[in-house]
Amino acid sequence: MNSIRATVSKVLTYSIVDGPGNRLVVFLQGCNFDCSACHNPHTIGECNHCGDCIPACHADALSLVDGRIAFDAAACDQCDDCLDACPIDANPMVRDYTVEEILALAREHRPFLSGVTVSGGEPTRQLKFVVALFEAIKADEALHGLDCFIDSNGNLGASGWEHLLPVTDGVMLDIKSFDNALHRELTGKGNVKSLQSARLLNEAGKLYELRFLLVPGQTDGDAEMDRLIDFVRTLGGEVRVRLNAFQHHGVRPKALEWEPMSKAGVGRAAARLRDAGIRNVVEPAVYV
Amino acid sequence: MQDNLRKLRSIVNDATLNPAQKARYLSLEAENLLPYPSLDAETRQALDERVICDMYEGHAPHKPRYVLPDYGVVLQQGSEYLELPVPATLDEAINTLMIAYHHVPSVTGMPVYIGQLDELLLPFCAGVSDDELYDKIRLFWRYLDRTLPDAFMHANIGPSDNRVARTILRVDAELRQIAPNLTLLYDPQTSGDEILAMAGRNIAECCKPHIANHVVHADAFDERGYGIVSCYNVLPLAGGASTLTRVNLKEVARRAGSEAEFFATTLPHFLELNFRLTQARIDYLFDESGFFDSFLVQEGWIDKNRFTAMFGVFAMAEAVNVLQDKEGREGRYGFDETANALGHRISAAIADAVRERPLDKVWRGRALLHSQAGLSDDSEATPGVRIPYGTEPDPVTHVQALAPHHQYYEAGISEILTVDESVTNNPEALVQLCKGAFASGFREFTVNVASNDLVRVTGYMVRLSDIRKFREKQGSRTNTTVLGAEAAEQTGILDRKPRVVGNELYPGYGQ
Repeated sequence: MNSIRATVSKVLTYSIVDGPGNRLVVFLQGCNFDCSACHNPHTIGECNHCGDCIPACHADALSLVDGRIAFDAAACDQCDDCLDACPIDANPMVRDYTVEEILALAREHRPFLSGVTVSGGEPTRQLKFVVALFEAIKADEALHGLDCFIDSNGNLGASGWEHLLPVTDGVMLDIKSFDNALHRELTGKGNVKSLQSARLLNEAGKLYELRFLLVPGQTDGDAEMDRLIDFVRTLGGEVRVRLNAFQHHGVRPKALEWEPMSKAGVGRAAARLRDAGIRNVVEPAVYV
Repeated sequence: MQDNLRKLRSIVNDATLNPAQKARYLSLEAENLLPYPSLDAETRQALDERVICDMYEGHAPHKPRYVLPDYGVVLQQGSEYLELPVPATLDEAINTLMIAYHHVPSVTGMPVYIGQLDELLLPFCAGVSDDELYDKIRLFWRYLDRTLPDAFMHANIGPSDNRVARTILRVDAELRQIAPNLTLLYDPQTSGDEILAMAGRNIAECCKPHIANHVVHADAFDERGYGIVSCYNVLPLAGGASTLTRVNLKEVARRAGSEAEFFATTLPHFLELNFRLTQARIDYLFDESGFFDSFLVQEGWIDKNRFTAMFGVFAMAEAVNVLQDKEGREGRYGFDETANALGHRISAAIADAVRERPLDKVWRGRALLHSQAGLSDDSEATPGVRIPYGTEPDPVTHVQALAPHHQYYEAGISEILTVDESVTNNPEALVQLCKGAFASGFREFTVNVASNDLVRVTGYMVRLSDIRKFREKQGSRTNTTVLGAEAAEQTGILDRKPRVVGNELYPGYGQ
């Protein structure tokens, strides 16, 4: 099982924003949403080996070998020009990791780690890998005590969660909008599955955090706020709600025309939730 | 003489200093009119060139640099000299400590150590409610900051988890004062996760406390114990350090032709000169100054045999980079394995030299190695063995690069890990980083949360807003063209030098 591979955009061994404590984070490539507001859109697509990125690479780290993109990590100087050149929001610098390779990294950094988070992209698209990774972490003596979290858009059916939940300790779930039409506009998909996932995870006691992205004029209005409050109440009202603020960093041209969310605006939304009796509301600490 | 008089006059007339600050600088200038303890020519030259350094402590050492009284003595016996009876209640115990602090000298004239406060006060807490304890600690804390305004004044709590330690953490986070500085001694066996979690939340709130690896420290000292004082100096309890001298490793490296010469002759030579400087200052303190005739010794607060000599080093980063250049290697300290390994080898060589060189009138007959965290006028010389400011890698890589140094620095070593303010939503991360650092061999864990007003500079706390005020004032002072009446009016209380400062950092006036 430990030879199962995943397409990985990036691995961090220090992260304080992807779940409780300090975490090893595996960003899996590829997403089933196509959000204009995505701040790392190069994790959305999957490379089709068209080769358009090769001329953009001044370090000659990219080439085509047998019709497939070959990436020389040693030559790369992380200028990221290839990401701008990619016509499909993919990333030629992705690499495959086996479960065993991630385990080795986790062992090396074990004393500093509270747990492991898979993020993305949308990590549940590579479900078999995630299940195998989490099973292996829990079976590994040296990694005893690490918890396993998923950062997901929730676009996964009940049978998918059935596979994941036995080995998953917590999920951070994004709801982009409570209005199905607006959700479709923002992400390219409807919100039914995401809302169902939130309920399912909450019932299983594994909804660590519900995340909601505030975009001025789109998701911060009265109707969205009221539905957010109602939804959190139907979950019992105790779940931790993280309000994220839409910012320009990394987003694609369309979203650059939107106004960034101000700290004051997030503060107003948070106050509204708290006034409605939702106690566990977290606001961003940093605005970039 | 004219120069001296001019300097005295400028101290007296400096509107940014309060009377007590003026008195301290005046006394330092007076001391420095005396001749220096006798040094051989080589040592003198190295001192003048500041390859070795006496921390500008003054020409006539008449008090140890750091004094760590066993305050348990005065709490259990009272003091005949101070006419203090044995305290019976918590109020009396705190009052006794408040009096005691004013009789403990140090390099700055203010106590650098105010005790293992939970251990000292717990015996007086039976029958005291939590609310009462909170009120009393809160007043005590306010008193300390307002009457002993020195960021180097240091309180210790732990390693046990107890109600006094918890109350102190609660009050410290609420008041967000610069003084006192605070260290939690942590032992995974006895402290438990709860108080460490509380400390993590406090760090996110106000960058305090600093966490000490009690297991490692306890092993380096004896049964009488140790204390963490000032800028993370670890010293014998009921004793302290007579002196702190330090070697500027960058200056040593510059004087070596090659890496091999550095290890074979240059480094040993300057280490020896620093030993001589240390011994000369200790001899004066013990043989001439009369300090140890004090009631502190007679009543048993301190024992003259428990004073060590702190052997400091700094500018390791620059030293390694200078040697890398001489050897034609590109790797930089903190980022390159070869450069980092060279640094570790330098630490090991210095530690060997310190272990092998006997010193007279020093606890256990040997100095203790210390990674020295700098003075305000150090330029292009990074404190201790730290990675230069602004270039540090992420906290985990940072710890991994420096951990191998920590085994050698028994008298204290600290790295300041900078963590972005996202951690305020996730203080568990600080706890995990601390555990990781200790598992890697770190003796101390210190964090600056970026954007907190209360931050550490070289290890002592400052309020950024105070610094801003003082800078603005200095700016207007150098702008001498319009020092009119309006400007003079603005030289009011608001624009004075911060009331609470790190006195050790400014060893003399104008430094």
